[in-house]
Amino acid sequence: MAEGSKDQASTGTTDPEEDSPNMIVYRKIEDIVTRIQDEKAGGVAIRTVKSFLSKIPSVVSGADIVQWLMKNLSIEDPAEAIHLGSLVAAHGYIFPISDHVLTLKDDGTLYRFQSPYFWPSNCWEPENTDYAIYLCKRTMQNKARLELADYEAENLARLQRAFARKWEFIFMQAEAQVKIDRKKDKAERKILDSQERAFWDVHRPVPGCVNTTEMDIRKCRRERNPHRVKKSVYGVPDDGQSQPSPIHISSQPTRKPTKEDVQKEITFLNTQLDRHCMKVSKVADSLMTYTEHRDPSQQRVKKWGFSLEEALKDPTGRDQFLKFLESEFSSENLRFWLAVQDLKRRPLQDVPSRAQEIWQEFLAEGAPSSINLDSHSYERTSQNLKDPGRYSYEDAQEHIFKLMKSDSYARFLRSNIYQDLLLARKKGKSLTGKRLTGLMQSS
Amino acid sequence: KTSFNCIFNVSFSLRFKPFRRRPLPAQRKYMRSPLTPEMATQEVQLNETLAHLKTESETLKSKLEEERAKLHDVELHQVAEKVEGLGQFVMKTRRTLKGHGNKVLCMDWCKDKRRIVSSSQDGKVIVWDAFTTNKEHAVTMPCTWVMACAYAPSGCAVACGGLDNKCSVYPLSLDKNENLAAKKKSVAMHTNYLSACSFTNSDMQILTSSGDGTCALWDVESGQLLQSFHGHAADVLCLDLAPSETGNTFVSGGCDKKANVWDMRSGQCIQSFETHESDINSVRYYPSGDAFASGSDDATCRLYDLRADREVAIYSKESIIFGVSSVDFSLSGRLLFGGYNDYTINVWDVLKGTRVSILFGHENRVSTLRVSPDGTAFCTGSWDHTLRIWA
Repeated sequence: MAEGSKDQASTGTTDPEEDSPNMIVYRKIEDIVTRIQDEKAGGVAIRTVKSFLSKIPSVVSGADIVQWLMKNLSIEDPAEAIHLGSLVAAHGYIFPISDHVLTLKDDGTLYRFQSPYFWPSNCWEPENTDYAIYLCKRTMQNKARLELADYEAENLARLQRAFARKWEFIFMQAEAQVKIDRKKDKAERKILDSQERAFWDVHRPVPGCVNTTEMDIRKCRRERNPHRVKKSVYGVPDDGQSQPSPIHISSQPTRKPTKEDVQKEITFLNTQLDRHCMKVSKVADSLMTYTEHRDPSQQRVKKWGFSLEEALKDPTGRDQFLKFLESEFSSENLRFWLAVQDLKRRPLQDVPSRAQEIWQEFLAEGAPSSINLDSHSYERTSQNLKDPGRYSYEDAQEHIFKLMKSDSYARFLRSNIYQDLLLARKKGKSLTGKRLTGLMQSS
Repeated sequence: KTSFNCIFNVSFSLRFKPFRRRPLPAQRKYMRSPLTPEMATQEVQLNETLAHLKTESETLKSKLEEERAKLHDVELHQVAEKVEGLGQFVMKTRRTLKGHGNKVLCMDWCKDKRRIVSSSQDGKVIVWDAFTTNKEHAVTMPCTWVMACAYAPSGCAVACGGLDNKCSVYPLSLDKNENLAAKKKSVAMHTNYLSACSFTNSDMQILTSSGDGTCALWDVESGQLLQSFHGHAADVLCLDLAPSETGNTFVSGGCDKKANVWDMRSGQCIQSFETHESDINSVRYYPSGDAFASGSDDATCRLYDLRADREVAIYSKESIIFGVSSVDFSLSGRLLFGGYNDYTINVWDVLKGTRVSILFGHENRVSTLRVSPDGTAFCTGSWDHTLRIWA
């Protein structure tokens, strides 16, 4: 994909508009919408629903769409699916059959799919003359359900004032459209009418609704032919009075690379190839030293000296403290503490058995890693274990923690293991420091 | 052979018909005047050289990709498997700043962790106290679409610009009645819209990026151009300065899908990354300066490691199809916040590559997002005319 777009400046065969940010999103939505409608490939069932005296053709329920989105796009939260579906609607690809407001609801509300003819990817920028013809046409269709909404009536009044001089023309066009519509099949007309209405809901949205046709001005210059004649929805020929959009300023065409440009690029690429590329990414490296207990930095080692809590927070600190305790043959305290921490994170069903295991290992008569608990805590704990839970060992853990803090921890800080790390880091860092800056300077 | 035929036909036409220009052979359509044989050969040679160079460039690019692939070791998220997962955390809108009359396009925090400057499509630049939501200053720019704004490190001035192709600096006075527009200083001049601006570590210099495809470093006092940066093949949309400890570099992203790292002193591009499939709307350095993240219209955020010289992570989901407009890291760099064109904010675990949270609230595109200097909150600006503070 990268290759194709690189070539296009020279060959000009790829349609540059396909690359534009808006088009990328439209194609993704179109892919989704096409998949939803493909019943054979796991899409939703599009049916005709019976309602009172009439039938509603070609509809889907909002709930069905939400279900499909959750299943096929790996969405866990229905709120997310509803949000995405609402955006698909707001861009005009699906619409509720009885509402001008384009959102998706997770219930029995009925929705229809927009005809590809009206898709936003066809770069519609309908003029007000077209909108006037549409509203005018609607008033001619004497049906209650097609009555203009308040905002539409206001829009119509405004357009009548603005187009006062050519209103006769607009009226005639509207009449012509009505004639064409009457010739169509009834069911087909229902569908087409609703699709047409949804089209205008996108391009002339209900006041207060987001106008999804608004563009980021930085991306507007991309269009190859901003002055092309815009097609009319109702086949009204362009009378030459439509202003070219002010955002399509005459931009410099995308610069074709010159010989100098390409030569510069070649020099740059050669430099890149000659660089010393370290194998491991710095971010990954920092991560590995942290988790694999390798080479902790001096700052980190210092932190362990602040308190036992700090030392135990850091996995490498924990590791080193354990090493020290093992050398003193008193590691069972820390191991007990760690086992209880782990117990608190276990899934509920594992808790009773794990609690028993801890008892057997550390507290039972003749336990292999017997810890030293005062009789009060011992009693409490064995009582707790009659109904074992995550916090059965809270008391015991606190007691052991205090013991480690007052006794072993102080000795740890004075130990060779700790002191070596603290001091060795001082020498190590400046060496590494020099090496790194050297590398950076050479590149 | 050709010249012989030409002479022959010309003499014929002179005698029998009015002179009719003979159509030129196909490969020389661009030439307007009849060719001499020497010129013809030269032109063909030049074309061959350009084509030859292009082939060489493409070959080098493939070779570079090959070398990068060879050095490819374990993925970041694999190393991160051993790291503890992040717990659930809830972030909510704590303040909503209302007052702009149109789309909010950009915002920046003051170093005092409290004030914010924001700019909008309606031409207004507003300075807010984020805590009280009071407006402290307001300036009306002479143009619409003010796409860039930045707070000076001292907190005493703001810079902004957009469709006027300039970057102007306004000193902020304590006297709220004073007309700020009167003290405006024009600093940068580009030949197309200003897309981003940032003060360097002092109030004295400003770095800008523009739709004209360049970035530039300016002296604020004199308005002099100190350094310009050429290399993008299309509009540059964003930039970010490296954290001061890591030296004088900055990264820029553009419509050519490239993210370039520049040396500020020499003006040279020292590294370039091209893995995105569409415009790069936002770039931000990782707190340690070892990497940077980018957000693009291809609906992904990516992490690029500067030492490994390649992309090391992609943050994307099948259900996210709208472009990313703006990204920023949490203080530790563990989280990446992305503002999207689908009105949401997605929060990513940088190391594990998973999405931690999705935040709803804005009613139109999120156009800008910045984490506060102390990392306790982040602010978003949107096309729905509001700014929101989240924590």
